[in-house]
Formats: sequence, C-alpha cells, structure tokens
Amino acid sequence: MHGAVLASDTGSAEPLDLTVEHGQRAVFCGLTSIVWLHRKIQDAFFLVVGSRTCAHLIQSAAGVMIFAEPRFATAVLEDRDLAGMADCVEEVERVIGQVIKRRPNLKTIFLVGSCPSEVIKLDLDNIARKFKERHKGQLRVVAYSGSGIETTFTQGEDSCLSNLVPDMPQASEQDQKLLIVGSLPDIVEDQFARLFAEMGITNVEFFPGRQSEYLPGVGPGTRILLAQPYLGDTARALISRGATLLKAPYPYGAQGTLEWFRAAALSFDIAVERFQDCTRAPFERAKRSLEVYKTELAGRRVAFLPDSQLEIPLARFLARECGMHPTEVATPFYDATTMSSETPLLPSGVQWYEGQNLDSSLERVRNSRPDLTVCGLGIANPLEAEGLRTKWSIELMFSPIQGFDQAGDLAELFARPLRRKSRLEVGAWN
Amino acid sequence: MELTLWTYEGPPHVGAIRVAASMSGVHLVLHAPQGDTYADLLFTMIERDGRRPPVTYTTFQARDLGGSTANKFLDTLRAAAAHFKPQVLMVADSCTAELIQDQPGSLATSAGLDVPVIPLEMAAYSRKENWGASETFYQLVAGLLRGASKADAFQQRQVNDRPSVNLLGPTKLGFRCRDDVLEIESLLNGVGIDVNVVAPLGASPHDLLRIPQADLNICLYPEVALSTCQWLKRQFNQPYIDTVPLGYGATRDFLIAVAEVLDHSINVDAIDHCRLPWYSRSVDSTYLTGKRVFIFGDATHAVAAARVASKELGFDVVGLGTYSRENARAVRSTASELGLEALITNDYLEVEEAVETLHPELVLGTQMERHIAKRLGIGCAVISTPAHVQDYPARYSPQMGFEGANVLFDTWVHPLVMGLEEHLLTMFRDDFEFNDSTVASHLAEESGSVERPQLSEESLADGLMWAQAAQKELKKIPFFVRGKAKRNTELFAVEQGLSTIEVETLYEAKAHFSR
Repeated sequence: MHGAVLASDTGSAEPLDLTVEHGQRAVFCGLTSIVWLHRKIQDAFFLVVGSRTCAHLIQSAAGVMIFAEPRFATAVLEDRDLAGMADCVEEVERVIGQVIKRRPNLKTIFLVGSCPSEVIKLDLDNIARKFKERHKGQLRVVAYSGSGIETTFTQGEDSCLSNLVPDMPQASEQDQKLLIVGSLPDIVEDQFARLFAEMGITNVEFFPGRQSEYLPGVGPGTRILLAQPYLGDTARALISRGATLLKAPYPYGAQGTLEWFRAAALSFDIAVERFQDCTRAPFERAKRSLEVYKTELAGRRVAFLPDSQLEIPLARFLARECGMHPTEVATPFYDATTMSSETPLLPSGVQWYEGQNLDSSLERVRNSRPDLTVCGLGIANPLEAEGLRTKWSIELMFSPIQGFDQAGDLAELFARPLRRKSRLEVGAWN
Repeated sequence: MELTLWTYEGPPHVGAIRVAASMSGVHLVLHAPQGDTYADLLFTMIERDGRRPPVTYTTFQARDLGGSTANKFLDTLRAAAAHFKPQVLMVADSCTAELIQDQPGSLATSAGLDVPVIPLEMAAYSRKENWGASETFYQLVAGLLRGASKADAFQQRQVNDRPSVNLLGPTKLGFRCRDDVLEIESLLNGVGIDVNVVAPLGASPHDLLRIPQADLNICLYPEVALSTCQWLKRQFNQPYIDTVPLGYGATRDFLIAVAEVLDHSINVDAIDHCRLPWYSRSVDSTYLTGKRVFIFGDATHAVAAARVASKELGFDVVGLGTYSRENARAVRSTASELGLEALITNDYLEVEEAVETLHPELVLGTQMERHIAKRLGIGCAVISTPAHVQDYPARYSPQMGFEGANVLFDTWVHPLVMGLEEHLLTMFRDDFEFNDSTVASHLAEESGSVERPQLSEESLADGLMWAQAAQKELKKIPFFVRGKAKRNTELFAVEQGLSTIEVETLYEAKAHFSR
C-alpha cells in the first residue's frame, strides 16, 4: 500500500535541463509576502520603508482592503527625505514612534526594506538595533529586505524569517526537537501538530508561530523540516546555528505529505509500524479525495510560469498524483538546498527554466497551448482572452493546500478552471 | 516620510501606464525593478482587460546595479521596439529607477530608433497617479503636435460643416469612462455635433494628430486632461470647456456651454428625457429629504456628487472631501457653499474618523469609503476611483449625461431604506421576525451575515446616566435614527448640565434639534 517510498521511486534521476533566462520578469517582489505574514503573526506590525509604489503594490496584491486598520503600512519616502532636507533615519524613527503610539500592544515591528530604501542605502538594521535597545524586553524590532531588487514574491518570507534567526534563543543538544519552518494556515498547522503527537514526536515547534513574542530555540538538537519550498536562506541560517535540515519532498498531495512525515519519523526513530498506523487513515483519505480530480486532470498538459517557487513541487504533485503532463516548469530562481528532494521526482521531458523573459515565455505557451497555465495574476486574463485556461498562482499562497486533508482541495484548484471550461457555452476557449 | 496604510492613488508611473493602456499604437518602456509589474493586474484583474498593458519593464535586480542598468534599459528598449513595433514609444522611470539616474529619456532619444520617442519625467517622490496620467497625456499630445502650425489646424477645421468636438481625459481604470464616453457621444450626436477624437481611451497616435481639427475640446476628466486642454488653447487657440456633465443640472449646463462656445443652437428641453427630476419629485422620494450624506472622492466626482446630492436628491451633505490635493480648490469652494469645511487628505484614517463623527446615513465615496461604511453599517455607493472589480460592471452604467443621472439616482437611493419601507419598519419593529437586528432585505448583501452593530450602551459623557424609562423610550425610536436621537439627547443633556436623562429630556432634545 502506502509503503511505496517516493524517494526511491523510478523518477528521472538525471539533472534536468535547465535554461536560464534574463529578461523581463512578471513576478511580485518580496513585499507581497506581508499579505500572509501579517495574518500569520498576529502581534507583529510590518512597516515598509519605501515609496507609494510599495504601498500600492501591497494593497493591490491583497486584492481587497478588508481590514480597517491593517497591521502593515508604508513609510512613504518624499522629496524632502531624498534631498537631505529631512534626516531619513530620524524620519523612520518618528514613523515607528507613530506606529507604537497607535498600537501599544505590538510585540514585534518588522522594518521592511524596499527597492528605494536599498538604493539610497538606508541602514534599517541599525535603526532596528537602536529601537531594540530602547525597548529592551518589550518590543522586538527586526529589519529585513522585501525589495524587488533582492527578493521575489515568496522570498520575502525567507528574508523575514532568516532575519529572525539571530534572535532565536540557543537550545542545547539535549533539547531534541522538530522545527517546522514556513508559515502555514492555522488549520494545517493544527493537523500537523496532532499527527506528530500521535507518532510520538512531541517536541514540535512551528516557525513562524502565531505570536512573535516567543521565538523557538535552535541548536544542535534541532531538526528542521521545511513546510514551504522557498526558505533556503532561513534553512541555511538555522543550519549555521547547529540545526539539521531533514531532506524531504514538500507536503503537497497524499504521497508528498507521507514522505514529508516519513522524514521526521525516520529522524526521530519512530517505529515503522507506528508511523504506518498513524498515517494509514489520513493517507488513504487523501488518496480517495484525489480520485475524482484525477479523472479530470489525467493526461492534461500543464505549464508553470515563474512566480511563487512552489512550481517544482506542485508540478511533481500534478504529474505523480494526478497524472498530468508538465510541459514547462519555470521558477524565479533555483536553490539546491530546498529542491534537491523534489527535482528527481519530476518526470523526464519537462522543459525547465530559471528566471524569465516574459515575451518569450508567453510565446511558448501560445505555441504549446497547454490545457492549463499556472501564472501570476497580471497575465492570467490576457492568456484566457487568447483561449488558454489559467490558474492564478497567488491563490496557492492564500489557500490551505498542504497536508493529507488538503490534497483534494489542492487538486480542485487546478481542476476548477478545466471544469468551468466544460460547463460554459459562452465565449470560446480552444 | 508619510505613514500610509492605504493609498487612494498609485504612483505617477501607474498614471502613465493608464494612458498607454488606453491607447493603441503606443508602448511604454518603464525602467523599473522586479516587482513593479504588479501594475499589470490593475488592468487585467480590476478592469478585466483581455490584453496586458503595452508596457515593458526592465525589471532590474540588485546584481544589475553595478552600472549595467543603463545597458539593461537600452536592451529592453530595443527589444520592445522590435517586438511591439509601436507608432510611438514612451519611456519613463519608476520610483526606484529615478534614484539610479540612468536618464532613460536621453538614452532613448539618442538610441537611434526609427520610432518617435516621448520621454516622461514622473517625479515619483512628490506626485501621484492622476498627475502622472495628466502629465503623460500632455507630453504625448504636445510631443506629437508641437510642430503643427496654427494655420494648418485652422484650415483643417474649416473643412467640416457640422461642428465637432474632442472628448479628452477618459482612460482605462477611470471611473465608468467606457460608458461615459458612449453616453456623451450619443448626446452630442443627437444635437448635430460630431465627435472628432476621443483620447486617450481608444485613440492611436494618428488620432492625436487630428485633435486640432475640432472646434472645441471637452475636458471630460479635468484630472487627466486639463493641462492638455490648456496647452491646446495656447497652441492652436482651440477653446475648451470644463463643465463636467455629471448629474442632471450639470448635463444641462454642459449642453448650454457647448452650444454657446460653438455658436450652435441646441434645444436642451427637446432632448432632455432624464427621469431623475420626476423620480426625485415623486412622493416616495419625500423620505430622501435631509438624508445625511458624506462625500469623498476625486475632486471632479466629489464636487459633482455634492450638487446632485443637495440640489437633485434633496440630501443634506454633511461632509465633503477629496484625496486630490492638486484639485482641492474646487472642492473647498463647493464645501463652503454648503457651509462645510472640505476634508482634503490622503489619510484613510482621517476619512474614517470623519465618517464616524458625522454619522451619515449614506456614504458616497471610493472603494476605501465602501469599506469604512461597511464596517460602520452605513449604506454606500461608489462614485470615484479607486474602485474595485465590481465597479467595472458588465452592464451599461454611465455616470455622465442624462442616462448617467438616472444611474446616479438608482445607485444612491438603493442603499437607503425606501420610503414606504421606512414606515413599515416602524410599524413592525416589535414583530418577532422583523426586529431591529434584522437588516433590511436589500442591505443584506452589503452587510453579509454580520449583525447590525449594536448601539453602544455607554453614553458619550462621563457621569451621564439614562433613566430606565428614558432607555425604554429610546428603544421605541426606529433603529435607523436611534443612534442620532441618542447622540443628540446626550449632547443636549451635557449642554444643559444634566446628569440624568429622563423621558422628558429625550423630547426636550428632540424639540431642541428640530428647530
């Protein structure tokens, strides 16, 4: 049954043919990750030091402005700041003061660097240090960069978390613990915690947690399991603090989730039988939930344009568990630290790209006409207008898609556009 | 540095993209870092545009900053010119590129391309989206027409026998521009006036070259087109009118102004089939009298809304403001005519505070005010950008002209409790199925499943008490005016130095405030 181990499966073991493109990119910058990070970490405030573009980007990417007063804002640079009429450092400090005054209960303020603040070399780290001193014990102030010149989309979370690592307390070698790294929807986090407990792995912590006041400790006894595939810098920062990175595919789909849990079970010497007893029911449930979508997705061709860094594991899931044929898989960047357990699982014959040249990647999908193109929000409708079916990738960041009990939901996200096509008798898709 | 939670306008280069996306045959090369491509989704998602805006972004990254960003710009420029073959190429910096000072304008003009290049200066750290659209439109029109002589333009104008006008200012992502243009075009055609060029929306660079052939420019959206109209007047002695036909009275004024400038007789009464005047006079509308309305938006829409609300629907305008500092003067003067002080601000929280303090029954605003109103349980209609996907409707829904006035009547009256319904609510308010916590059927959609916000039990002044009988009496007042009654009574009690509110106080206050 589910003893079939993904990693020893017969997927192409050869390194994939990687084409690197250096053209126009249609990706969000790292500031976008504030949209989910501020929902996850509920006692923190994200203060972007940037331009009106930054403020506009975050509210546009979020789609709607639901919260009367969000836990993020932008300190918008003005002419007088740039002309040296105002001291930028003093100005940032003044704005932080405004934020603290409005929200006295904050535990963490993230000072988020942007393209303009990086270009004018505004030293946010230094400001963060100063404030941390001043509010010692009461308020953590952490600077990180979400700028587009340094980060893409989900990389903003990597930059945020890796800059929190130095603040994590030192844990001893005796403190044998599992650290799940990457923000997960609360419901998924709870499911995972229950399953680990059933298996007998009781010392499990999640990073980031729902409250930033308390940070988990890290040390030689810490094993880290990445819950998100874009956290290379965070993983390396934790490794440099003595932690061990467990190699595993990401928890997408029934098999992916099983292997992800298996990596933890193996590392904590959980008996095979106990592991199987704990995972059998949810695994079978996940497989059942995929059945209906499998009939809809099998044999369909899917292309991934570069966007969220989820492209490789999702292509693996769609190929292995839903029978789809990935034609092209492109990621903004490739990081072996995070992807080495995934790439061997991709079927052979996939065209694989790092970076982007927007016009040529659009030409490619126009020519190959896949059944489904997974792409950023800005280009979905233009492709639909040309008769192609698309899935906007940002939805993958906002929906619970990880774990056994979300496997069906994940497949459904890809099946829905195809279902819609088969229903509608208006307009023309090819 | 300005602490910004939500922003009413995007940066100026988004205004430039709006102009480019409105037209055919132009392409914008934007020197911008990775991430600035988010602007695409404003057009393709909010307005459901089926094509990407005609923009190529350089999307430079940190590794390009070591001096090669200028080369990256030139490579991108040449590739875009070859790939898109535009009639005119515009180039601009986004905020970050402005700091690197690669001067894309001079790079592009000296790049030896065989396409005209219009360089734009976007002043990202002092200006905003509407200014960017206005500047781009002006640079484009002036750049293409600077060489044309007055004599040429005049001669071309003589050829036409029917008077003709240009409609200037409508753009992509403007508020209902698509339908306003159709409405005004058919209005003018109906009185024997030709529309020569509509721009930027739907125009090509060749169309812009024909602008001087018209007898008159109609500045439909002053935020975008006023500086262009002023330049055309200076350059070609081409008159313009900036009476915006938003609302019933304004549409009539507009037609009269057009007739006057063109010396062309228009029988306004003969074409005035607007239903707003009768709908507003009909008995059911009596309940609209004195409804408290708060208005906030771009200057043009806010000023027009104030006139419609006060003179055509009989509302009380209790607050009026704009986020558009460049055009604040008109809003200030309209506000002072209404005995108000205009709220000129970019700060969403200030607007929210004003709405909370003023307790209007209706908010006319942008997408931001829609959220404020929703949170406070107040009816709202969107009248201005920034707007959300639902404000780009599939149906024909202009704001301008006589049909636009009909649309305004429906849209603004709809969120309010209807006349007869108001009485029924009072009659049935103790009915178990029809009580205060049940939201009116037509409001259920807006309020979702959220319960009607309960009136705070606390009074506004410390030490002020409500006697039990007075509390009970208060509950007999219909819920939609109860808040106002409570506030007024407490205000009155404080003024009178009372510490306990009795039933008497309630009615004393009622009499006091009804003077």
